[in-house]
Amino acid sequence: MDEIFGIPAPLLFGQLLLGLINGAFYALLSLGLAVIFGMLNVINFTHGAQFMMGAFVAWMLLNYLGIGYWGALLIAPLIVGLTGVILERTMIARLYKLDHLYGLLLTFGVGLIIEGLFRNEFGSSGMPYRIPAELTGAWDLGFMFMPIYRGWVVVVALVMCLATWLVIEKTKIGSYLRAATENPALVQAFGINVPRMMTLTYGAGVALAAFAGVLAAPIYSVNPQMGANLIIIVFAVVVIGGMGSILGSVITGFSLGVIEGLTKVFYPEASSTVIFVVMAIVLLARPAGLFGRS
Amino acid sequence: MTEFNRRTLIGGAAATAAFGALPLSRARAQAANTIRIGVLNDQSGPYRDISGPYGVQCAMQAVAEFGNRGFNVEVINADHQNRPDVGINIARQWYDQGVDVIVDVPTSSVGLAVANVAREKNKAYLNTGSATSDLTGAQCSPNTIHWMYDTYMLAKSTGAAMVRAGGDSWYFITADYAFGHALERDTGNFVRSAGGRVLGSVRYPFPATTDFSSFLVQAQASRAKVIGFANAGADTINSIKQAAEFGVTRRGTKLAALLMFLPDVHSIGLDTAQGLVLTESFYWDLNDRTRAFTERMRPRLRDVVPNMASAANYSCTLHYLKAIADMGVPAAKASGVEVINRMKAMPCDDDAFGPGVIRADGRKLCPSYLFEVKSPRESRGRWDYYKLLQTTPAEEAFRPLAEGNCAFLRT
Repeated sequence: MDEIFGIPAPLLFGQLLLGLINGAFYALLSLGLAVIFGMLNVINFTHGAQFMMGAFVAWMLLNYLGIGYWGALLIAPLIVGLTGVILERTMIARLYKLDHLYGLLLTFGVGLIIEGLFRNEFGSSGMPYRIPAELTGAWDLGFMFMPIYRGWVVVVALVMCLATWLVIEKTKIGSYLRAATENPALVQAFGINVPRMMTLTYGAGVALAAFAGVLAAPIYSVNPQMGANLIIIVFAVVVIGGMGSILGSVITGFSLGVIEGLTKVFYPEASSTVIFVVMAIVLLARPAGLFGRS
Repeated sequence: MTEFNRRTLIGGAAATAAFGALPLSRARAQAANTIRIGVLNDQSGPYRDISGPYGVQCAMQAVAEFGNRGFNVEVINADHQNRPDVGINIARQWYDQGVDVIVDVPTSSVGLAVANVAREKNKAYLNTGSATSDLTGAQCSPNTIHWMYDTYMLAKSTGAAMVRAGGDSWYFITADYAFGHALERDTGNFVRSAGGRVLGSVRYPFPATTDFSSFLVQAQASRAKVIGFANAGADTINSIKQAAEFGVTRRGTKLAALLMFLPDVHSIGLDTAQGLVLTESFYWDLNDRTRAFTERMRPRLRDVVPNMASAANYSCTLHYLKAIADMGVPAAKASGVEVINRMKAMPCDDDAFGPGVIRADGRKLCPSYLFEVKSPRESRGRWDYYKLLQTTPAEEAFRPLAEGNCAFLRT
C-alpha cells in the first residue's frame, strides 16, 4: 500500500516518528508538572521558564566555563532544581493552605519575571548551541532522514519517565510520597518530615523541566520564549492525562505528540489547536482526565 | 475589553503630573509646539531583537542628531505583542492623546491594522517593520509611508537569484498570517515568471510553532530543489537549525530564507548559517556612511550593531523631522496626509540608507542588496557576517507603481 488517506505511506511513517519525538518533550515536561501537582497541589506555571533556564544554563556552562553537553545534562538540572528548592521554600510553601488559584498565579508571575530577566540579558532571538559531536549525523531510514540526536531524545525521555515512575511506585520514598499526597497529617504523625519531602519533590520536578531544556537546546533556538510556547500545551497534556497522574501524563504526552504530528500532515493550520480540541472533548466525557481519579 | 498598556499608563500619569506643575496656558503652548513620536513594536516576543528597544534607540538618535530647530520632540514607545487588537488600542490611544506619528510597527497583521487607524484619524504613519507589500498595494493609504523593504523586494532579489542559480522548483513553508501569505505569493510569482514551478506549500500556525521537522520532511518529500521559508525571526532560526539537523541540504536541496535579519544570523551561528543567501537594504559594514552611522550608534546600542529594521527607524524619523521643520508644527498637526505629502515631495538622504525618494503610493525607494552569509573562517569577528553578491538599484528593487493597484491614487 503506497498511500494512506491520500498521503504517501513513507511520509506518514516519518510524521508518526516525528510526533513521537515531540511527544517525548511533552511527556518529560508534563511528568514534572504531574509530580509537582500530585504532591504539592500546585499547578506549576513556572515550568516553562524552568525548562528555558535548563537550556540557558547549558549554554552558560559551555560559554563561560567550557563545560559541554554531557556535563550540562547533569549539572544544569541540579542548578535549576536548586533554584526551584529556594523558590518553594521562600514563596510557594506559604500557599499550600490556600486555593489552587493562588499557587497558579504566583508561579505564573514568577515565570513571567524570569523570562523577562533573561530577555533583558540575552535578547529574544536566542543563542546557538551545537549538537554534541557524538550524536551528530543521521540515519537514512529509507522513508526519512532520522537525526541521531532526535533518536537519543526519545530514548532518554523514555528512560527518565520509566525511572520516575519506578521511584514513585516501587520505592520506599515513593510510597511515603504517595501516602503524604493522600493524608499529609497522618504521614507526619509517623515522624516523616513532610515539608522537606514537598520541597525536594518540587526541586525534582523542576530538575526534570531543566533536563528537558538541556535536551531541547541543540534542536530549538535557545531563547527566553522557548518555554512559554510549550507550557500551555504541556498543561493541556496534564489535564487530558488526569491531574497528578504520572502514567497518564507520560502516555498522553507521547500520544498527543503523535496526534499533533498527524495534524501537521492533514491540516497543518490546525496543528496548534488540535490538542485543545482533544482537551475539550476529554473534559466533556471524563472531567477527571483519561487516567485521573475523580 | 479595553487593554491598557503599562507604558502608556505610566506615560499618561507622568504627562498629567508635568502638566499639573505648569500654568495651564504655558502647558498648552508647550504641547502645541511639541512633536510626539510613538515607536510601536515588539519588545517581548520573537521580533524583539530585530527592532524592539534598539529601534527606539535609533529613533531617539535621529531626534538627537536633528537638534532643536524651534520645536520640541518627544519619543514614547510601547509593546504591541504582535497582536493586532493590542496594536490598534495603543495606536488609537496615542493618536487621541496627541501623538503625531507612529513609527516602526513590525508584524504585517498589526502593521496593516494600525494603517487603518492612522487613516481614520488623519495622522502620519511611517511603517518600517512590516514586510507585506499590501501596505503600498491593495491596502495603501495616503497617511502611510513604507520604509526599508517589502515582500516584493525580498522575493525579487532572493527569489530571482535562486531561480537563476538553477533552483527552478519550490516548496514553501509559510507562517499562516498576512506577512507569510504575501511573501509566499510574491516569491511564487517571481519563480513562475522566471520559468520555475511551485510544487506546494504548507502553512503553519504563527506564533505557536517551534518544531518545523514535520514540515521540512513534507517539503523534502515534494522533491523540490528549493525550500522557501516565508517566515521571520525565531521561526526562521528554528527552521534553518532543524533543516541542518535533518540533513536537508546534504541531498542537494537549497534553502531560501526569504526574510532574514542580521540578528537572526547571529543567533543561528555561522556554522549553520554559512552560505545562505538573503536580501537586506542595510548592512552596517556596507560603506563609509553606514560605518559612520554604526559608530555613532555605539553608545546607545553597546555591543549590538544596527540592522535594517532599527536603522530604518533612524532614517524615517530624521526625514519626518526635516519635513516638520519645513512645513511648521501647526500645519503638521492639522493633517497627517499633508505631512506625508511633504515627505514625498522632499528627497531623502541619511547615512544609513543614502539618498532616496518616496513614491506617490508611499513606497520609499532604496537599493536592495543580495548577501551571502560568510563562513566562520571568512568572518573577521562579531557581526562580520555578510559578503555582498549583488545590488539591485532603487528604481528596480520594488514593485512598479502601476502594478500595485493602489486605490487612492486612482481617485
